[in-house]
Amino acid sequence: MEFTLITLLNGVSYGLLLFMLSSGLTLIFSMMGVLNFAHASFYMLGAYFAYMLSTQFGFWTAFFVAPLLVGVLGAAVERYGLRSVHQYGHIPELLFTFGLSYVIVEVVQLIWGRAGVPYAIPASLSGSLFTLYTTTFPVYRAFMMLVALLMLLSIYLLLTKTRIGLVIQAALTHPEAVEALGHNVPRVFMLVFGGGCALAGLAGVVGGNAFVTEPGMAATLGSIIFVVVVVGGMGSLSGAFVASLLIGILQTFAVALDYSIASLLANFGLMIKAGSPFFSLFNLTIAQIAPVMPYLLLVLILIFRPRGLLGVREG
Amino acid sequence: MKFPLRASFVAVAVTCMTPAAFADTIRIAYIDPLSGTFAPVGQNILNSFQYVAEKANAEKWAGNNTIEVVGFDNKGSPQESLNVLKTVIDKGFRYITQGNGSGAGLALMDAVNKYNERNPGKEILYLNHAAVDPDMTNSKCSFWHFRFDSNSDMKMEALTTYMAADKNIKKVYIIGQNYSFGHQVTRAAKDYLARKRPDIQIVGDDLHPIGQIKDFSPYIAKIKASGADTVITGNWGSDLALLIKAAKDADLKANFYTYYGSTTGVPTAMGAAGIDHVKYVGYWNVNNETFSGKDIVEGFKAKYKDDYYSMATYSIITALSQATKQAKSIDPVKVAFALEGLNFKSLNGEVSMRKLDHQLQQPLYIATWVKTNGKDVKFDQENTGLGWKTNQKIDAFVAAQPSSCQMKRPG
Repeated sequence: MEFTLITLLNGVSYGLLLFMLSSGLTLIFSMMGVLNFAHASFYMLGAYFAYMLSTQFGFWTAFFVAPLLVGVLGAAVERYGLRSVHQYGHIPELLFTFGLSYVIVEVVQLIWGRAGVPYAIPASLSGSLFTLYTTTFPVYRAFMMLVALLMLLSIYLLLTKTRIGLVIQAALTHPEAVEALGHNVPRVFMLVFGGGCALAGLAGVVGGNAFVTEPGMAATLGSIIFVVVVVGGMGSLSGAFVASLLIGILQTFAVALDYSIASLLANFGLMIKAGSPFFSLFNLTIAQIAPVMPYLLLVLILIFRPRGLLGVREG
Repeated sequence: MKFPLRASFVAVAVTCMTPAAFADTIRIAYIDPLSGTFAPVGQNILNSFQYVAEKANAEKWAGNNTIEVVGFDNKGSPQESLNVLKTVIDKGFRYITQGNGSGAGLALMDAVNKYNERNPGKEILYLNHAAVDPDMTNSKCSFWHFRFDSNSDMKMEALTTYMAADKNIKKVYIIGQNYSFGHQVTRAAKDYLARKRPDIQIVGDDLHPIGQIKDFSPYIAKIKASGADTVITGNWGSDLALLIKAAKDADLKANFYTYYGSTTGVPTAMGAAGIDHVKYVGYWNVNNETFSGKDIVEGFKAKYKDDYYSMATYSIITALSQATKQAKSIDPVKVAFALEGLNFKSLNGEVSMRKLDHQLQQPLYIATWVKTNGKDVKFDQENTGLGWKTNQKIDAFVAAQPSSCQMKRPG
């Protein structure tokens, strides 16, 4: 029971972090059709900016300022980079963000070095929130969950209750019509791109000290957020939310399952020992393939439901 | 026609410029990750090599010969290592060193064997500073390979000898990275504990992909559910740092017995979370019985603002210097024969290169992560104010392992 509850909590909190990252990516994709390969790099920048700011002004300043900085940077990238590439079509855009991700990693290494930086959890948020049986649940994990939920709520309100949100939603499906009505669609694009990057930056601010802030952090999360976006449905925010939680919980629970084909066959009296043919294959446990699960899910979704769980486009 | 002409011209020019043979440069190609997840570790060890080589040249360890170490990035991949090997051979290197990852190590070993067989007179010598797969000095042993780190079986022997004396250890959980080295650690831990403390129960055994897990809390929940009081892990780099951080968050009280608690990034990540709970087995740590090597640690820190922990760099430069002096040559074949059975003094005391399998026999240390106290724990790591307290120095013969090596020697 203790194990189940704790693992569920871990899965949900990890899933919520994934959501923070992928929400920006899916917004950008649905608006502009740009698969932003540099998205995880903005996550990394968020963590590094927060590290730098927190050493000077404390964590809370960093918490609010770092995502803004990342957002401004993202908007600048859209305005002066992507927009000029845009006319050449999607492939150059893709290559642009792909190249950008490498540039960002190298710049980060030049400024902060190749090793990780000691970006620590602030004292006010360290310690444990409650004890479940004998396992403590860290305050910081709860804080991460809270931030993600607040973020979800504010994006939802922004998109559905405000004027700019309505313009964004309209531009999603009918950009020409929106432009004809006199809205500045390129500026909306810039805002969305900057906003999406700021969300990634925010994820970096809270994720950077929960895990490790290092130059490799973008690469490790980079691929999994694409899985979230595809599984959830390209451009669907609620889909991204469901997919994030699903992947978070799936991955954490899979770790606990020590079942393999060998143990399954053992139930039927078929013993597979170290000398048997294909032993290494039969002996592979679900726990061992847990990290591969999201990618397996990606492949299966693309085969059986290409538009994703809650996707509306490309039916 | 053009190319051989130019090559012979260069060759003539080089011969003219070299003033006889008594002041040669021994050039070592360092083939390890200098980019990617494990770059911080690779860069630290390259700096360590260059720092010790500079010291050796200034103090004339190798007489009039000088030693030069040049870094080449293998991106941590076996395939890339082979490409780099071709490059360094073309550049005229006769000595290579590698250590981060036994996968790349085994690939290099195989390539060096083949190259030396086909190119007599141009042999390459592989000085292994940290690849610890036991196979490299057993079934796959080679005359052209010398290992200056203790292999994973030797470390496990030392670790389990230390653990056997602790009656509080009842349930052990083994977790490691899913590649050759991780498999070797799991196997050795089970075998040796069964031999020394059959009453200890192995309550879990996990292998996870290397360098990909960012959130270890599910693994920690699993360890907790198993009721383990002790965890053995061969993890290194961020895989170890994150594991220990997650353990602290969930208030896991188990002790961690590690191989690589001192490598770049781990001290920062574990910080105060690891105090008293994390131990490590290794060939040296600066807070040893005589603080031997402290001048190097201080000098290295002043120069690179980083910690010197890869002591195999010292052993390699020392052994190579002595062997070239003994052989009165820098020719790899003669140096290799001189290295066999060589006794020399490293930072952990008198050590010797076993002729049987080219595995260095050296003492091992068990240390615990604690606050520095200015007495037995003077040096911290990564400016954390925390450092390694030596619990026990284990003599070389305790950790020594038999070898199945059938060495084929040239000539």
